[in-house]
Amino acid sequence: MKSLKDIRKVWYFPTAVAIIYIITFIMDSTKAVDSLQSTLNVFIKIIPTLLLVFALMALTNYFIAPKKLANWLNKKHGWLVAIVAGIISTGPIYMWYPMLQDLQKHGVKNGIIATFLYNRAIKPALLPLIIVYFGLAFTVVLTIVMAILSVVQGWLVEKIIA
Amino acid sequence: MKNNNLNEAILKAGKGIWNAVPMIIGIVLLVGLTDVLIPKSLYTKVFTNSVFDPLIGSAFGSILAGSPITSYILGGEFLAQGVSLVAVTAFIVAWVTVGIVTLPAEIVMLGKKFAIARNVMSFIFAIIVAIITIGVLNLL
Repeated sequence: MKSLKDIRKVWYFPTAVAIIYIITFIMDSTKAVDSLQSTLNVFIKIIPTLLLVFALMALTNYFIAPKKLANWLNKKHGWLVAIVAGIISTGPIYMWYPMLQDLQKHGVKNGIIATFLYNRAIKPALLPLIIVYFGLAFTVVLTIVMAILSVVQGWLVEKIIA
Repeated sequence: MKNNNLNEAILKAGKGIWNAVPMIIGIVLLVGLTDVLIPKSLYTKVFTNSVFDPLIGSAFGSILAGSPITSYILGGEFLAQGVSLVAVTAFIVAWVTVGIVTLPAEIVMLGKKFAIARNVMSFIFAIIVAIITIGVLNLL
């Protein structure tokens, strides 16, 4: 069970941000209100991802023993799974923290988690937009380079932490 | 193979999400604040047209937060204003892989050592990815 200290700790960050909002409101109330409006827009956007992550976590808990999943991900093909999962996952990066925390607690390598997070940068739905701005050749090369280097980055993170 | 009963599985998932709610609230509030408080006109002024531009691009992309779409639009504007493609690439890669705004949440959820190591490596790799990408493009 979580201690009262742990529960308090998770509120430090949002409390600090709330204080910044109060200061902003005192200095320029319009900007504080605009920021809150922008925040509300982001909240509306992340609701589908939150539901997706919740569903994935529930399904994983129901069908797979966490320890088995961790063992499976820690094998060589885990890197490839991390790349593919990172690419197809949707929504903001922080929405995936609860699921990754769960996997980390059950022993999934930090390198695999880092590789997953790095590949969150490659989004198939956004590729047409990158092509429009930077061209097809740039988009193809960047995507391949990122996918390959994500494994190197994950491996290095693993080594640093170990 | 079914591991738990469905109610237990849903309850466990709900608990996991609920524990992350304070952090998600903090991040989203901060994203809203940076979006409004940092003027878009400031963005183009940070590049110096020097060899340090990829470093500046990666640093700038690390600080800013928001949808990747915004980074592509900004990147397009930077290119139009003469910023090098290496710097712009480092900028758009760091935008999505490094998270200064999300760092406090990442520390609490995934551990201090992991969060710092991952973000530092992602910052460096944004520059490496940019250099390799443009190097390969020049060879094609």
